[in-house]
Amino acid sequence: MGGLRGGQPPSTVAPLAFLPYPNADAPSEDLIARCVHCGLCLPTCPTFAVLGVEMDSPRGRIRLMKNVWEGRLGADAAAFDDHMNTCLDCRACETACPSGVEFGKLVEGARSQIVAARNASLGERVIRFVALDALLPHRRALAAFARFSYLSKRLGAGAALRAIGTVSHAARRLAGLLELVPDQAPTSEGLPRTVAAHGTRRARAALFGGCVQRAVFGATNAATARVLARNGVEVTVIEDQTCCGALHAHAGERDGARALARRNIAAFERAGADVVVVNAAGCGAALKEYGWLLKDDPAWHDRAARFASTVRDATEYLAEIGLREKPGPVRAKATYDDPCHLLHGQKVREQPRALLAAIPELTVVPLVEADWCCGSAGTYNVTRPELSRQLLERKVGHIKSTGAELVVTANPGCLMQIQSGLRREAPAVRVVHLIDLLDEAYGAS
Amino acid sequence: MDVLGRGKVVATREDMLTYEYDGSADTASPDAVVLPETTADVAAVARFCHEHGVPIVPRGAGTGLSGGAIPVEGGVVMSFARMARILEIDVPNLRAVVQPGVVNLHLSTAVAPHGLYFVPDPSSQKACTLGGNVAENSGGPHTLAYGVTTNHVTGLEIVLSDGTIARLGGKAVEDEGYDLVGTFVGSEGTLGMVTEITVKLTPLAEDRRTVLAAFTTMDQASETVSAIIASGVVPAAIEMMDNLSTQAVEESVHAGYPLDAGGILLVEVEGVRDGLEDARERIEAICRANGASSLRLAATALEREKLWAGRKGAFAAMGRLAPDYYVQDGVIPRTRLPEILRRVNEAAASRGLRIANVFHAGDGNLHPLIVFDLRKEPDALRRAQEAGLEILAACVEAGGSITGEHGVGMEKNCFMPLQFRPDDLAAMRRVKDAFDPAGLANPGKVFPTPSRCREFSLGAVR
Repeated sequence: MGGLRGGQPPSTVAPLAFLPYPNADAPSEDLIARCVHCGLCLPTCPTFAVLGVEMDSPRGRIRLMKNVWEGRLGADAAAFDDHMNTCLDCRACETACPSGVEFGKLVEGARSQIVAARNASLGERVIRFVALDALLPHRRALAAFARFSYLSKRLGAGAALRAIGTVSHAARRLAGLLELVPDQAPTSEGLPRTVAAHGTRRARAALFGGCVQRAVFGATNAATARVLARNGVEVTVIEDQTCCGALHAHAGERDGARALARRNIAAFERAGADVVVVNAAGCGAALKEYGWLLKDDPAWHDRAARFASTVRDATEYLAEIGLREKPGPVRAKATYDDPCHLLHGQKVREQPRALLAAIPELTVVPLVEADWCCGSAGTYNVTRPELSRQLLERKVGHIKSTGAELVVTANPGCLMQIQSGLRREAPAVRVVHLIDLLDEAYGAS
Repeated sequence: MDVLGRGKVVATREDMLTYEYDGSADTASPDAVVLPETTADVAAVARFCHEHGVPIVPRGAGTGLSGGAIPVEGGVVMSFARMARILEIDVPNLRAVVQPGVVNLHLSTAVAPHGLYFVPDPSSQKACTLGGNVAENSGGPHTLAYGVTTNHVTGLEIVLSDGTIARLGGKAVEDEGYDLVGTFVGSEGTLGMVTEITVKLTPLAEDRRTVLAAFTTMDQASETVSAIIASGVVPAAIEMMDNLSTQAVEESVHAGYPLDAGGILLVEVEGVRDGLEDARERIEAICRANGASSLRLAATALEREKLWAGRKGAFAAMGRLAPDYYVQDGVIPRTRLPEILRRVNEAAASRGLRIANVFHAGDGNLHPLIVFDLRKEPDALRRAQEAGLEILAACVEAGGSITGEHGVGMEKNCFMPLQFRPDDLAAMRRVKDAFDPAGLANPGKVFPTPSRCREFSLGAVR
C-alpha cells in the first residue's frame, strides 16, 4: 500500500493535462447537474447488478462524465471508453430517477466524444463503416445481407463456424452472431403506397418502416398497416425514408445520425400525414428525439421538433385512438416483455398491456423483470457478448417460470435476442411482435 | 493487492473516481476499493490492512447522507455490492438471514409471498442495503409505530478491524450478557464490519388508510401533528412537506400533491380492518379542526404507492430545484415543531439560502434540505453548514438531538460536542477502543477530529 495519498478532498486542479471534450455534442453540464448522486438508479441498472461496481452504474458513469468536465479524466481515457460502452443505454435509470436525469442523452453524448477523441483500431473502423454506412441506410443491401445470413444459417454455417471456433476467436464470435438470425426467412412488407382505411377515415398515418424491420420483419410492417386500416386509419408508405439513425447515435456517430434524421424529416414532411407510426421501439425513441439530435442546427431544429411531436409507437397510437374493431380470440397464455426504448425511452407502459387485454381469451401473466433489458440493446450483443449472454439467460429464466407459450414484445432487436435465447432452452415458446399478434387475432375474427 | 485476486479489487485511478462520494455532500479519495464475496474475503482484507495500518471504510449502496462511506482518512473502501444474497427465510420464526449487500426493498419483496415484510423503510429503501441500515441504525416514515433498525435486528456476524470473525446474538429476541448487537447497530462502521444479519420479519397489516391533508401554513400542519398524537390514535406514519418540496415531488411523480398548499401531511393508519375507518375519521376531523384546506384519501393501492413514491423520492428529486443539497437530520419534541421550523427557515434565509422541508413529523425528526448550485455559489456549502449548525443547536436546546437516522458520519462529527460533554465522548471512545484498538475501522467518523473540526467554533451557539 505504501504511503497513503487518499483521504484528501478530490482536487479540482488536474495534476496532468487531460483531454477535454472535443466538441459540442459533449454530455451537457446542465443535464449532469440534475444528478444529486442519491443512488436510487443503482438497483435498476443491469450492468451494476451483474458487475457490482460503481463505475458501471448510472451514477458512476455520470460522475466520470463530470470528471472529464473538471479536467480530472481525459475524454480519450480507455477507462472512460470502457464504462460508457459497457452501458446498455437501456435507460432504466431514467425511469428510476426522481430528479429526471436524462441519462440516454448523457451517455450518447459521452460516446460521441469518445469517437471524436480516440483513434479506433482499423478493425473497428471497418466494422463501423460496413454496419453503419454501408448496410443500415441502404435498404436493398440490408435486405440482401439478411437473406445471406439466413441462408448461411440454413446451410449449416453455424456448425461450421463453431468447428473452426475451437481454434479461431473470430469464428466463435461469428457463430454467436448467427445465433441471432431468426429461424423464419426474412419477409418483405410488400405494401402498396397507400392502404385505405376501413369505414370512415379517422386519421392519416405515415408508416415508418425501419431498416432492420423492413429487411427482416417486413411482414410486421404489413401487419401494422392492416391493423391501423381496420381501425379507420389510412396508411401511407413513403419510399424515400431511411434508417432512423438510432444505432448511429448509440454508437456515438452523431453526424451520421443527423444526416439520416434530415433525410427522414424532409421525406415525412412531404407526406403531410397526421401522425408518423413506428412499430420498432428503438426507432421510435430515436425519432422522438430528433429535436434534441438537431438542437444545434438552427436550420433544422424547429422542423425536427415538429416532426418528433408527430411520432407515435404503434401500440401507443392504437391505444390512444381506441380499437374500433374487436379482435378475435387467441387461446393462449402470454407474457409481455417491455422493450427498454418503449418503456424507459418513450414511457409507454400501459398501452401495450391494454391492447393485449383487448384480445379475447388471451391469458396474460406478468413477467418478473419485464422492465429489464434482455441484453440485445442495439449492437450490445455484438460488442459485449458475455454480458449480453448473462442478461439473456436471466430473461429466459424469468420467461420459463411464467409457463407462457407466447412472449410478446414490440421491437425487432428484443425479438431476435429473446428468440435466440429460447431456441435452446424452450423451443416451444414463440416470440411475437404485439402488432403481429393483434393482426392474427383480427384474422381469427 | 494480491490478497483477494484481481477481479475483486478496483485500483486504477480512473475507476476509483467513482468511490469518492456517497449520497451526501462530502467527498474524499480512496487508496483502493475491494469487492469481497465472502466473510473470509472480508477477514483477509482486514488482516492485511491491520498489518499495514491501513483504514477500512465499509460501503453499502453509497446512499448515505452523512458521509459514512467516504474514506476521509484514505485507506481501503470495502464495497459489499457482491455480498447480496438472502441466505435463509425462516417463516415460522419470523426471521431472515441476509448478507449485508442485500437491498432493503429486495428483502421485503422476497418475503412478501409469505405475507411478511421487513419494517424499517428508509426513503432510499429501493437502493440502500441492509448492511448500511445496520451501520446507520436507519429509520424511515414508519418508525413512528414500529421503531428503527435496531428494533428489527437480532443477530450479526461481524469482522473486526484485525480480521477476527465473531457472532453476536442469533434468532432469539433476548440474549445473555451485554447487548452487543444493540451496540453494533448504529456504530457507523467504527466498530468493524457486518458480514451477516439476522432480522425480524413482520406480518403485513391487514389493511391501511392513507390520507393526504393540505394546509395553508406549516404552523397549522405542525399543530395538527401534535393534536393527532394527543388524541390517542397511533398512526403508522405522519410525514410533512412544505411548498417547495411538494413542487419538486409533484413534478417527479404526478401523484396529485396540491401545489398551492403551504404545508401538507401524509398520514397513514394500518392494522386489522375493523377500526381503521374510525381512526381515519378521527384523523380527518382533527385535520379539519386545525384548518385543513383539503383532504384526500388514497382510493387505490396504486394511488397510495404514488403518494409514497413522491414522499420517499423527495430528497432524490431535489435535482429539479438545484444541483446540490445539504440535508440536516435534527430531532425535537413534536410540540416544539412550529417554533423550531421557524428558526430553521430563518437560519437558511438569513444566509441567503433556499430551503425545502420534508420530514418525519410524527417523530419530530426534521429534514431541512438546503439547496444550492456550487457552480454559481462556491461558498454555499460553507453557508449551508453554518445554517445546519445553528439548526442543530436549536434542536439540542429544545431537548432533542443532532441526528435521527442519517448518522453522524463525517458530516456532523464536529457537532457532537453540541450534545455530548467531553466525558460522554470519552466513554464512547472506550467502547470503540474495545472493538477497534488500532483505530482503523472507519476513522474520522462520529468522533470530532482535531484536524477537521478546528474551524467549527461551537462557543457561539452553545
